Amino acid sequence: MEMFLQSLISGLLVGGLYAIIGLGMSLIMGVLKIINLAHGQLMMVAMYVSWSAWNYLGIDPYLSVVLSVPFTFYLAKFLSKYLLNPLIEKDSILPENQVLMTVGIGMVLVELARFLFTSDYRSVQTSYTGQAWDLGGVSISIPLLIAFIVSLLLTAGLFYLLMKTDLGRSIRATAQDRLAASLMGVSAEKITVLTYGIGSALIAAAGTFFLPIFYLYPDVGPEFTAKAFVITILGGLGSTVGAITGGIVLALAETFGATYLSSGYRDAYGLVIFLLVLVFLPGGLKSLTKV
Amino acid sequence: MLKLENVDMSYGDLQVLWDVSFEVHEGEIVVLVGANGAGKSSIIKTISGLQKVSNGKIIFDGADVTNQKPEDILKRGLVHVPEGRRLFNEMTVEENLIMGALWGEAKEKRAETMEICYDLFPKLRDRRTQLAGTLSGGEQQMVAVARGLMAKPKLLMFDEPSLGLAPVLVQDIFDIIKSVRKQGITVLLVEQNVQATLKFCDRAYVLENGKIVMEGTGQQLLNDDHVKEAFLGI
Repeated sequence: MEMFLQSLISGLLVGGLYAIIGLGMSLIMGVLKIINLAHGQLMMVAMYVSWSAWNYLGIDPYLSVVLSVPFTFYLAKFLSKYLLNPLIEKDSILPENQVLMTVGIGMVLVELARFLFTSDYRSVQTSYTGQAWDLGGVSISIPLLIAFIVSLLLTAGLFYLLMKTDLGRSIRATAQDRLAASLMGVSAEKITVLTYGIGSALIAAAGTFFLPIFYLYPDVGPEFTAKAFVITILGGLGSTVGAITGGIVLALAETFGATYLSSGYRDAYGLVIFLLVLVFLPGGLKSLTKV
Repeated sequence: MLKLENVDMSYGDLQVLWDVSFEVHEGEIVVLVGANGAGKSSIIKTISGLQKVSNGKIIFDGADVTNQKPEDILKRGLVHVPEGRRLFNEMTVEENLIMGALWGEAKEKRAETMEICYDLFPKLRDRRTQLAGTLSGGEQQMVAVARGLMAKPKLLMFDEPSLGLAPVLVQDIFDIIKSVRKQGITVLLVEQNVQATLKFCDRAYVLENGKIVMEGTGQQLLNDDHVKEAFLGI
């Protein structure tokens, strides 16, 4: 029973961060209508920013979120403005080419990271890295708990932005009907660039909060792109609520699989669920909740 | 108020507007009539900046707005209610109206204009928290018009507002357009419902194959033999 509770709690806590990754992906998918295959790579960039800040400047990884998030935000805005948007404007270019472009961006980011930081596994050691809170046999890891709380705040913040502000409404409007939005004076081009930035800023935050928990190496990027992809398919394409449920389901599948089957196949469990969803519930969890 | 001078426009290699010139004066209801594919919607899209002019000039309110961005044209008070309504279906009625008033004066007076719109369309007040996609066709058209009004337009352009509506609703839409004019807003209307629109408009232009072939008051065109034959089936 304790083992079950322990897995459940760990799964939920990691699920919060996965949800943030999924939300960033859904947001970009909703507005740009493409799958961002550089998603995890941008997260990896943010993680290296935080790691460098800790390693060279001695800045606590949680504080370095004020560096990694803006850095990734502006990097993503730059990438979408000069590499992705020019591809939308040309009618002769297939939309698929934008997806290919994100693949290219992802590869360049990974190899740049390998060039600058080598392929060595990195991690940060802080006073709280190994700390846990003991609740009668079930222990809650402090870094994971902090990460979970931050991800709740980010999710709430994102929903406030999307539902209650003009900017958020413009983003949703552009996702629903680009032409009508431009008739309302919303520049689709600016919204596209900004959305790519915001989506990337979200995963940058997730990446920084993962840093005290996971190892960091250049190929962590593609792994998280795959996870983000699984989360969005699980939740249902383009659904924000689905991204949250998708994130939690994936995290639970991984933790329970690791606990009861074998921890060596941790990354496989999510993919098994992914395949099952594709076969039996093609619309994702969204088709159950209708949101 | 709005003046097009010898405007040419092409979709890629295909030229669809040829030397189009016309004028809309302040306070008028002007209609562009023509068959399917005559270029009516293309004219509206060109005026609102969605399509680039290849030759010629568009002047609005004394300023040259040729090939300006849609958002800049909108901010001048030249507002386009698109064909097929194009609402934001997954947003509430109220959010759709808010989207109409994102800039400048329209944004400052948002709450006030919204009240005016709800007074004009009391049904929308009841449905303001409902998703726009769940409304009936007539109600959706009301939202589309109200969203246009939210932008505080000087000139409101309607692209086929009666398209896809039941005949009883078509008359309602035309009544709405007349009430829009009563608020001091100039109207440019594109319609396939030639007979009904010619009856209440001030002036009309007839479009064929991307060229303006005839102009006159509504009554003049209603009595014109060519118009009768081509559009009214008499």
